[in-house]
Amino acid sequence: MQYTNLFCELVKKGIKLKYRRSYLGVLWSLIEPLLTMIVLTLVFGTLLDHHEASFPVYILAGRLIYGFFSQATTTALKSIRANEGLIKKVYVPKLLFPMSGICFNFILFLISLPVLFAVSLVLKCYPSVRALLIVLPLLTLFLLACGVGVTLSTMGVYFRDLEYLWNIALMLIMYTSAIFYYPDRILDSNVSWLLKFNPLFCVISSARSCIFGEAFDTWEVLYPLGFAVVFLLLGTAVFKRKENEFLLHI
Amino acid sequence: MNDELIKLDNVGMCFNLSSEKVDSLKEYFIKLVGGKLSYREFWALRDVSLSIKRGERLGVMGLNGAGKSTLMKVIAGVFVPTEGSVKRSGVIAPLIELGAGFDMQYTGRENVFLYGAVLGHSKKYMQARYEEIAEFADLGEFMDVPLKNYSSGMRARLGFAIAVMCEPDVLILDEVLSVGDVKFRKKSEARITEMIDKGITVIFVSHNTEQIKRLCTRAIILEKGRIVNEGSAAELAEAYAK
Repeated sequence: MQYTNLFCELVKKGIKLKYRRSYLGVLWSLIEPLLTMIVLTLVFGTLLDHHEASFPVYILAGRLIYGFFSQATTTALKSIRANEGLIKKVYVPKLLFPMSGICFNFILFLISLPVLFAVSLVLKCYPSVRALLIVLPLLTLFLLACGVGVTLSTMGVYFRDLEYLWNIALMLIMYTSAIFYYPDRILDSNVSWLLKFNPLFCVISSARSCIFGEAFDTWEVLYPLGFAVVFLLLGTAVFKRKENEFLLHI
Repeated sequence: MNDELIKLDNVGMCFNLSSEKVDSLKEYFIKLVGGKLSYREFWALRDVSLSIKRGERLGVMGLNGAGKSTLMKVIAGVFVPTEGSVKRSGVIAPLIELGAGFDMQYTGRENVFLYGAVLGHSKKYMQARYEEIAEFADLGEFMDVPLKNYSSGMRARLGFAIAVMCEPDVLILDEVLSVGDVKFRKKSEARITEMIDKGITVIFVSHNTEQIKRLCTRAIILEKGRIVNEGSAAELAEAYAK
């Protein structure tokens, strides 16, 4: 493929520029989630009376996954406009822009995963062999971000408002992802079933199952995967149909 | 080897000139309900048929707004024409605007590799060319400085250096031979003449009839999106100058 190199260059650029001119550089991918975890544990551990030793691990897993999802989809949403200069002057397959944005965010996310492992060890919540199954929810997460991201990137070309709307939607997604609370303790059973329709909640929940050595919930594995595949197929089809019109609208 | 590198068949490019550009959801719905989603058509190009063979140098002339840049963008593949078809083969290096794909936070060196990738070259290829490009751009230690600290002339020089050093099959020059200082301009003209001697295909947009006469073999004149005159460069340059 003629454009494989461009794809790699775009991914590399995203990673390089993210931490350029900061003293700690890529180390921030490790430090930032750790610090957020401490703050969230202090605040919500006290507020909600969650004092389990494993609570920080629970929070960190949720926070890392949500963090990736929100970064990746926001980058993808803005990707066409961000590369306006290029799109208006040279021909390049435009799917490269949202995809490379999602990929570089995924690489940064993978770089930050050792923190989760380290924190689990420190808190004596030793992972079993089952933890390796985490590959499955992580793959689902990647596909989910691709599907949603590509769909958003097309819509973002036509409606700039979406950047603001998506921020609000992300907030709703965050609160319904049970990042810093145990849903079965806080929520009424009348409401908690709603969370199961948030694909990100399902991904986070099955990732936690792997870490804590519990069995998967079938719905939580299959629903987000189906959701991701549908969005990916639909989103790419619409993107391909509309990409030639993009530069008339940006 | 196919001799015809670029072939345009009855190409038309239509833009929606609606003065009421819809940019937000709210606006869209208000206009949809009010029935105001009007579209005013503007044909920037109409019925353009053109074929460019390997080794040919085509000069394109016309007043501002005649459709020259739109035509270049159609040839480069940036615009997909509303009607008609475009066939192209080989690597086309567009110099529509120098350094269009540059990233301001990247250094000159990093931008060389990024821009090379935009043109579809592999990393290995770019590594082999890097020294040549750096030498031609003649930016010295500025190669390791972020582009935002470059002057516009320096940016243009870097863009020009990458595009001409990567040995494209077709070079599109859209009024760019006036970049940089006198010394660089001489060097770039020399480089283009050298490439012409090697048999590169050039599409050259200019108002400078002298340059067209000197560099091109064939020329067209565009007016309101249509080709109104076509012929040898020398004759057309004379006609256009009048």
